[in-house]
Amino acid sequence: MGLYAETLFYSMGDRGLLIEFGDEISREINEKVRRMGLAVRDEIREGIVEVVPTYRSLLIIYNPLLLPIEDLKKRVKWIEEGLQKVPLPEPKLTRIPAVYGGIYGPDLEGVARYHQISPEKVVQLHCSKAYLIYMIGFMPGYPYMGELPEELVTPRLKTPRLVVPKGSVAIAQGQTGIYSMESPGGWQIIGRTPVELFDPGRDPPSLLQMGDLVQFYQISEKELKK
Amino acid sequence: MATFEVLEPGILTTIQDLGRYGFSQFGVPPSGALDTFSLRVSNLLVGNEENEACLEVTLMGLRIRALEEVVIAITGGDLSPTLNGESLEMWRTHLLVQDDIIAFKKVNAGCRAYLSTSGGFVVPKIMGSSSTYLSGKFGGVEGRPLRRGDLLYTSNGSSLDKLGLRFPGDWIPSLEKVVFLRVIPGPQDHHFTEKGFQALISSSYEVTPQCDRMGVRLEGPRIERRSDVEESIISEGLIPGAVQVPGDGKPIIILTELVTGGYTKIATIITTDLPRVAQLKPGDRVKFKPISVKDANHLLKEQEERLKEFKKIIENQALAVDRVRVDQ
Repeated sequence: MGLYAETLFYSMGDRGLLIEFGDEISREINEKVRRMGLAVRDEIREGIVEVVPTYRSLLIIYNPLLLPIEDLKKRVKWIEEGLQKVPLPEPKLTRIPAVYGGIYGPDLEGVARYHQISPEKVVQLHCSKAYLIYMIGFMPGYPYMGELPEELVTPRLKTPRLVVPKGSVAIAQGQTGIYSMESPGGWQIIGRTPVELFDPGRDPPSLLQMGDLVQFYQISEKELKK
Repeated sequence: MATFEVLEPGILTTIQDLGRYGFSQFGVPPSGALDTFSLRVSNLLVGNEENEACLEVTLMGLRIRALEEVVIAITGGDLSPTLNGESLEMWRTHLLVQDDIIAFKKVNAGCRAYLSTSGGFVVPKIMGSSSTYLSGKFGGVEGRPLRRGDLLYTSNGSSLDKLGLRFPGDWIPSLEKVVFLRVIPGPQDHHFTEKGFQALISSSYEVTPQCDRMGVRLEGPRIERRSDVEESIISEGLIPGAVQVPGDGKPIIILTELVTGGYTKIATIITTDLPRVAQLKPGDRVKFKPISVKDANHLLKEQEERLKEFKKIIENQALAVDRVRVDQ
C-alpha cells in the first residue's frame, strides 16, 4: 500500500476536511502532507481556520459559510496537481543533548535487555543518526521523529506512566520523541534533555518544526544540571 | 485598578475567549470557551466584540466582588447566579456598583456559565488569544484556574447604553436532561460494524465523571469495531466534537484542549451542537443522530443569522439612546 494512488477525502464534522495521502509512516507520504499544508496556507486564505499537518494526513478546519466544502475540495485537488512544484524549505539540523539511563532514563536497561545489547550500545545507536521530524503534536512542541535504527525498534510500555517528566527522551516502535511538558505517557523513557522545546512567548513557540532534523548527543548528569 | 476580586474560585473558573488558532502545527490546541454561542452572546450584550475574554464558570462556587462600577452579563448554563444574595436574571445586562457580590450557588441546569464585562477581561495575550490552556499551563491568568485573592482587570468599555438589554427569550438554548447531538459520520466510521454504528445512534449514553476541557467520556453500549482493523490509527489532527472510540468501545467526545490523537473517530458532532456538549455534566444523557453536512451547514447559517439579527437589535437600541441624549 503506502502512498495512495488516489488521495482520500473524509469529512470530520461540518467544518473539518481530512485529506489522507497514505496508510503508513513514510518520508514520501509525510513530504506530501507538508507540501499540501504549505500550499493550502499560502493559496487559500479566505475561510481557512486551521491546518493540522500530521504523519500521513492533513486536517483543514474551515468556515463552511465562507468556504463551502465542495469549493474547498476542488481547490485542494487543483493544488494537488501542481504539488511537486511547491518548494520545501531546507531542513534545519538541531543537535539535542541528553543524559541517558539512571533516573533520567528508567527504561534504558529494559530496552537494552529486550534487544540483548548493552545500554551503551542503545545510547550509541540512538545518537548514531539524524532523525526526521514527521510532525509536532500530542502536546505543544512534542516532536514525533524517525526512523530509529532497526536494532532499537521497541514496543510501547504495557502500562503507560501517569507522569513522565518534562524533557524525557523516549522511543516507541520505530519512533523517538521528547516530552516537551510533564504528562502521562506510554513510550519507553531512555534519557532526558535540558533543552526547552516549547516557549509560548517565543516566535515560533516550538523549537523544532515538522520537516527539520534532530540528532542527539550524550552529556553527563553534571552538564544536565548546568 | 482591578475590577473584581475573587473571593472563592469555585470548582473551576478560567478566562476564555474564542480560542487560539493557527498554532496546531506546533502542537498547540485551540483551548477557548467550550460553549462559544453563550460566550459570543454574553459579549454582545455588554457591547463587546464577540471574541473578548470572559469568565468560564464551571458548576458552582465562584464568588467575586466588584471593586468599581461595571456592566456585566451572564449566559450559558443556569448555575443560579446571585447579586448580593438575590437571584440575578441571566441573558441580560446588569450594572454592578462597588462591593456588589456575584455568586454561583447551585447547578440548576447545564454546566458552564459565561460572565462578560464591558471592555472584556484583560490578561496577556499568548499567541493572539486570552484563553487559558490548562494542561499547557499558559494563557488566561498564569495558565491556571482562578484562585482566591486573584484580582481581575478589565479594559474600559462604555456600555451604559446597553443596560437592560436582553437576549430574546425564544433564542436562548434550552438545557435538557437528555441531550440530542447531531453528528456527521466519520472520518473512520468504516472501521466499525453496522451493529456498532447502530449502537451509537440508537442508544443513550451517560456522561461519566471523567469529563473536563479535554473531553467527555461516555458510558453505554459498546461500539463494535470490525475485526480486521487495528484499534489505533496513525496519529492525526482532531477537531472539537470528534467522537473517538478507544479499545474498550466506549465513546469519548473530544473538546478544545487536544490537537492530535491516534484513536478512530466514528462520527463528529456538528458545530451548532457543540454548545450543548459544553453544558453536559456527569449523570446527563446524550443521544446521537446522524445528519448530512448540507443540513449542518444550514443549521449553522440559521444560528449566524440570528446573531446578526441580535446585533441589529443592539445597534437600534444604541441609536435610540443617542437620540434621547440629543433631544435632551
